[in-house]
Amino acid sequence: MMQFMLLFSRQGKLRLQKWYVAHPDKLKKKITRELITTVLARKPKMCSFLEWKDVKVVYKRYASLYFCCAMEQEDNELLTLELIHRYVELLDKYFGSVCELDIIFNFEKAYFILDELVLGGELQETSKKNVLKAIAAQDLLQEDEAVDGALREVGLL
Amino acid sequence: MAYPMYEVDWSVLPPEQNRRFNPAFNIATIKQVVNEAIERVAPVSVRMQTPTRLRDLIRQIRAARTAAEERSVVNKECAYIRSTFREEDSVWRCRNIAKLLYIHMLGYPAHFGQLECLKLIASPRFTDKRVGYLGAMLLLDERQDVHLLITNCLKNDLNSNTQFVVGLALCTLGAIASPEMARDLASEVERLIKSPNAYIKKKAALCAFRIIRRVPDLMEMFLPATRSLLTEKNHGVLITGVTLITEMCENSPDTLNHFKKESGQREIVPNLVRILKNLILAGYSPEHDVSGVSDPFLQVKILRLLRILGKNDAEASEAMNDILAQVATNTETSKNVGNTILYETVLSIMDIKSESSLRVLAINILGRFLLNNDKNIRYVALNTLLRTVHVDTSAVQRHRTTILECLKDPDVSIRRRAMELSFALINGQNIRAMMKELLSFLERSDAEFKAHCSSAMVLAAERYAPSSKWHLDTLFQVLLKAGNYLRDDTVSNTIQIVSAAPGERQAYASMRLWTSLERSAVSADATEKQPLIQVAAWTIGEYGDMLVSEASNAISMVDDDGVDDFTRPTEEYVIDIYQKLLWSTQLSISTKEYLLLSLAKLSTRFTTRPSQDKIRVIIDTFGSHIHIELQQRGVELSQLYKQYAHLRPALLERMPPMEAAAAERERDDSDTEGERPQTNVQNEQNPLLDLINGSELLSNGDVEHTPVATTNNNSSTNDILDLLSGLDLSAPSMPAPAAVSAANNNLAAPSLLLDGLFASEPPIAQPQAECVVRALERNGVLVELSAVRGGDTATLTMRARSSAASTVTDFLFQAAVPRTFRLDMMSPSGTVLTPQGEITQVLKINNPSKTPLRLRIRVSYSIDGNPILEQAEVNNFPPDLFN
Repeated sequence: MMQFMLLFSRQGKLRLQKWYVAHPDKLKKKITRELITTVLARKPKMCSFLEWKDVKVVYKRYASLYFCCAMEQEDNELLTLELIHRYVELLDKYFGSVCELDIIFNFEKAYFILDELVLGGELQETSKKNVLKAIAAQDLLQEDEAVDGALREVGLL
Repeated sequence: MAYPMYEVDWSVLPPEQNRRFNPAFNIATIKQVVNEAIERVAPVSVRMQTPTRLRDLIRQIRAARTAAEERSVVNKECAYIRSTFREEDSVWRCRNIAKLLYIHMLGYPAHFGQLECLKLIASPRFTDKRVGYLGAMLLLDERQDVHLLITNCLKNDLNSNTQFVVGLALCTLGAIASPEMARDLASEVERLIKSPNAYIKKKAALCAFRIIRRVPDLMEMFLPATRSLLTEKNHGVLITGVTLITEMCENSPDTLNHFKKESGQREIVPNLVRILKNLILAGYSPEHDVSGVSDPFLQVKILRLLRILGKNDAEASEAMNDILAQVATNTETSKNVGNTILYETVLSIMDIKSESSLRVLAINILGRFLLNNDKNIRYVALNTLLRTVHVDTSAVQRHRTTILECLKDPDVSIRRRAMELSFALINGQNIRAMMKELLSFLERSDAEFKAHCSSAMVLAAERYAPSSKWHLDTLFQVLLKAGNYLRDDTVSNTIQIVSAAPGERQAYASMRLWTSLERSAVSADATEKQPLIQVAAWTIGEYGDMLVSEASNAISMVDDDGVDDFTRPTEEYVIDIYQKLLWSTQLSISTKEYLLLSLAKLSTRFTTRPSQDKIRVIIDTFGSHIHIELQQRGVELSQLYKQYAHLRPALLERMPPMEAAAAERERDDSDTEGERPQTNVQNEQNPLLDLINGSELLSNGDVEHTPVATTNNNSSTNDILDLLSGLDLSAPSMPAPAAVSAANNNLAAPSLLLDGLFASEPPIAQPQAECVVRALERNGVLVELSAVRGGDTATLTMRARSSAASTVTDFLFQAAVPRTFRLDMMSPSGTVLTPQGEITQVLKINNPSKTPLRLRIRVSYSIDGNPILEQAEVNNFPPDLFN
């Protein structure tokens, strides 16, 4: 099971954090800080795995963003890399050639996509199409509401 | 290239100027237009000023040049957001929460948004709910009461007609379910697993997975619904179903059997095999394809579940042999995804009762992995070999050279694995070669490895040493290379080995150690190698006469490289070196104590007048040493030159050979780390006289020896006790003649004296070293685990005590260990814990791989009829528990 997932930039700025274990805020911050420093200090040629405290950290850099998952010891590290890659592919499809700024300015969308891919720290959907379909349908719901609200507001409805 | 994010593609333009097609921005644009329309049309007086848009806030924050500037932007916005929360502004709540979540990600406090998230969740609008649940997942902490308020909202939304609202609620429950929430909502989740809608079904299955993790008792109610999940076609439902079953089976052997025996119309193993076979044989399906492999995520999950089902079950293993062979031979390995599946397959093959040909296949796959260019694959290979080394050592031995090569890898993850694997591979045949590699690894390795590596080397040397000379040489090399990172017990072990060696070896040891001692004194790096200095001081103190005598010429000092770097020192030169070390300001007090006592011993080993005088001068200077313990030693030893001079030769006699190294190591570290056995009574003439005159020391010894854990080498008062305990270790089996009369007997007087002392003091014999780990303390219930070392198997005793006012009933203690361990639990002494009462339960943990123990425990009980469930991970066992 995934314990948490972090996205951070090469400068060490946190871009997304998803926790599947309950920790106090303070501890989360401490873990985040320490882990970001440790991962950033590793050289590009090194392997993507890091045994860190009692978790196994699997990370991968895509352009300027690090995707970093903390897994339990029994989990398949290579599969976690595939999971990260799948998430990146989804972001890419959704935003169209995703870049770090997309994730900064639309962080909530990045969370929504992750929530359609992973639930409670385990993968819930292996079809890219299904994930994107679910996201698109929910976006549409929001859109309808926005239009509806606007029309109501101006008295057309 | 499969990776979509190229550096060149990354636009530096803000997204709104980015002309690429982007659905998100379309929605955003629509919203923006609509909002602007609202702002234009709606009368200003109706609502307060329009809040900054999320996008504008992010831009403002990013524009801040300094941290202070950023803080001021954030503080201003937070103040504004708080004011809107106070005024119950529901129109902009969603936007404000979104901004707050961004601020939270930057590390600023955002707890004041928790209640607002709940209000959003309660809103009928989907937009509000979506952001509200996102906020709840990010901001709520199960330790806070607000957390309980969400339960009702979740319950409502789990019954919603809109699948996406149900989805949001399930997703939130899966992420932040606390035990209370899990209990309250389990039945809702169970109902949703049976939903015909695959979107809801898969989410509910994972929710159930989380609920069982938090509250294992609830497993039972999910069983019927879970069984049917494997008959679905939808991959989402299948993978979540397999995940759920895996968790259930890992959690309880009963459930495992339940699934094996009575899983509905089709048995589970053939069913899984069928699904896996379909995946492999089915043609290309674009929906689930990952670089030519059909749904690797599902394949891996199934392989893992098969592993659990096939473990220790010949029949089930038989049923999956074919498919495992098929997966192992048919998977395309040019990409990471193929190796992912192979990796999982190998683990399963090694774990179940598979055919031997299959095992050979698996080990060969690992061999290929080891040679792979991809670091990740190499890491995985080392990791897997470590897990399988106990199954088939000889197969792993074939890859020894490659593994040793990995010790030199620049990557710490790979080095760590390679080191552990190397230790697992050492045997009587390869010990010389392996140790050579490991010694050079030890020399280069980072500080974090040194302690673990050196103690593992000491153990391996002891177990497989081909000759005692080799053993000593290796120990000295370890001392030299591990420096101060060496664990304390190694010093006493080495001393014991030297003292038990034949005379010629002892001379050899003193000569070898002299070379190292001299070298580090001259090059002034003795502070980094204090354990070495301690061993050297002890050995030279005992056998210094052999070091300087002509007889040492007869001993060959040629080492493995054919170099003989030993030159026989003069007595005075030895003392000069001692003086240099003793007057160094950086050596620890403990090391200086070794040196000082060793010097005193040398006074009876060396014969020339000038060296005797020099020794006396040095000892006398310690009579005014700033450290009280060294000063005391100095004064006492000086006395041996004055009125008690006649006692000196007898008191400084050579130590008898020490025994029972193994038993010694079992003892608490703090016990052995203090004074070594050699530092016995020679200097303590006052207590000695006391002893002769009627022995008050006995009571002293008794009182001060008991708190072993607090005696340490730097405490100034209880050195005599360390001495006594040291002696107790060194000669426990000797007979105890009349102690008092022996005092005047020049032969072996000191040790006999103290033997007498200890013979009259039975409580000194301590139980085996126990370490007690506090596992859990809550609601007045304290659970402690005390561990006793014992080779591959450690015995843990769980003690639960209650300080609660009322009686605790239905106490149940459960424990789980990683797969490399085997756990046997004895039955508990009871289930009812009266106030101040105690329940004990014995756990036996078998760990052939000797990795540090990790234990997950669950404790359930009821106080005053309220059921309570606690979970904890216990990881702070001593790392050497299985040595």
